[in-house]
Amino acid sequence: MVRRSVSRREALTFYLCIAPWLAGVLFFVLGPMLVSLGLSFTRWDLLSPPSFVGLRNYQRMLNDPLFWQSLKVTATYTLLYVPTELIGGLSLALLMNQRLPGIAVFRTIFYLPSVLSGVAFVVVWMWIFHPEAGLLNVALAYIGITGPRWLTDPHTALSALWMMSLWGLGRAAVIYLAGLKSMPKELHEAALIDGATPWQTFRYVTLPLLTPTIFFNLVLSLITTFQTFTSAFVATNGGPLDATLFFVLYLYQQAFERFSMGYAAALAWVLFLIIMTLTLLVVRSADRWVYYEGARH
Amino acid sequence: MALTLLLAGAALFLIPFLWMFSSSLKPEYEIFAVPPQLIPNPPRWANYPEALTFVPFGRYMLNTLFISGVTIIGHLSSCTVVAYAFARLRAPGRDALFLVVLATMMLPYPVTMVPLYILFQSLGWVNTILPLTVPAFFGSPLYIFLLRQFFLTLPTDLEDAARIDGANTAQILWYIMLPLARPALATVALFTFQATWNDFLAPLIYLHNPQSYTVTLGLQFFRTSYTTNWAYLMAASLVTMLPMALVFLLAQRHFIKGITLTGMKG
Repeated sequence: MVRRSVSRREALTFYLCIAPWLAGVLFFVLGPMLVSLGLSFTRWDLLSPPSFVGLRNYQRMLNDPLFWQSLKVTATYTLLYVPTELIGGLSLALLMNQRLPGIAVFRTIFYLPSVLSGVAFVVVWMWIFHPEAGLLNVALAYIGITGPRWLTDPHTALSALWMMSLWGLGRAAVIYLAGLKSMPKELHEAALIDGATPWQTFRYVTLPLLTPTIFFNLVLSLITTFQTFTSAFVATNGGPLDATLFFVLYLYQQAFERFSMGYAAALAWVLFLIIMTLTLLVVRSADRWVYYEGARH
Repeated sequence: MALTLLLAGAALFLIPFLWMFSSSLKPEYEIFAVPPQLIPNPPRWANYPEALTFVPFGRYMLNTLFISGVTIIGHLSSCTVVAYAFARLRAPGRDALFLVVLATMMLPYPVTMVPLYILFQSLGWVNTILPLTVPAFFGSPLYIFLLRQFFLTLPTDLEDAARIDGANTAQILWYIMLPLARPALATVALFTFQATWNDFLAPLIYLHNPQSYTVTLGLQFFRTSYTTNWAYLMAASLVTMLPMALVFLLAQRHFIKGITLTGMKG
């Protein structure tokens, strides 16, 4: 009897403690999501009252070339960026994991740019990509190559944004480095005694042990890449010729430049479904390739 | 071999900074000179005061600092209590609710930005900092998760002893857990500062009055208004990066700690 009342009090305390978060989820997440589902069936410019249009916003999407373009741009960029982040971030982490004097300084240098993301990060690269006086084309000219116009050429603009994002590889690298540091030493020692080459040790010991970290970072990177906004808005504003019209940028334009709130709400729901599906696919695939050490026992 | 690669990599990562610094010290006629003068002679330091008074960057910095400060207070006060409850208190439905925390952690901001705008507009909050700060007091899933993971690593002995001595949950949280959690709280504060300092989309949507711009908005406004003067732009970019870079250099281990906590035990 006494014990029961104590645990009931504990439950009450628990709900009291999480009350702010619970209210936040209702008011700032679930509520708005339901409202936006409702809105996606309306036409609304914020000025006159919303009018019900059924599925017309979703039908409009199917025939909207810019919607398809924004999907294509975002998907292409994701396919380009996620693998480079995996390989580049992992290589950088392996370098950062070396036992060398002054290694802490190198770690700082690699990590620093990724904490500076934002408009300044983009502006620096716009200057590096400047067709005539930018560092990149000046350097290319030294070896006799006439560089492209990067951000102002529809053929190279997306690749330029991708190159720019590589400056932020440090974030992924630090996650992988944390994974490398937390590995038990015995397995590597055993591999060494058995005469494994460094490559074999990496391929058959390090990599499998790192798969949970890779998995975590893959999910994170898919979600964030699909939300790319600042770099496209600042560097190219979706141009030239919509070559960098990212999905979220298009969503922003529909909502806050054209005030098509109904259509924007529909786009937001489509974004939500795409990200959910992708995440679920990755999570589903995890059984096949993610190795959890605890699962052996 | 590794050292060579490290040096080459470090050079690649540092070159944009050097290029930015070098360009920021050039007079206007020298900036487009080919081949570029890597060390401007003489360096034109006047670019800095000139760029920073073209638009009121000091004001933008204060605005951003204020928003960051309020957001940090919001996150620390709300997330700590919520995370403690998820880590230590037993209640029916707790695990299901924690799944909701994880699910909302994955929810991208753009998905809710349209209905949130409508909500804040109906409250009359557009053009104030309230949409950027008030939600922080209702907790953030990422930091709830991070602090919960941290609380789980702490031994329960101290709390048990305190409970036997008659301490209630509030006292345990305040006198025992918070002092122990200082490193994790520092991480939350730093991540929040970083996110607020670099945030662009939310200020772009909600702040329309130049008086209340944040640094990212100010820099974007500066860029579109004076787009031809790259020396000024580089000076302004460097200055807006500086506070974040300094905070990072001084508190690097807390950043790493946060990444380890959220990344490893997921």
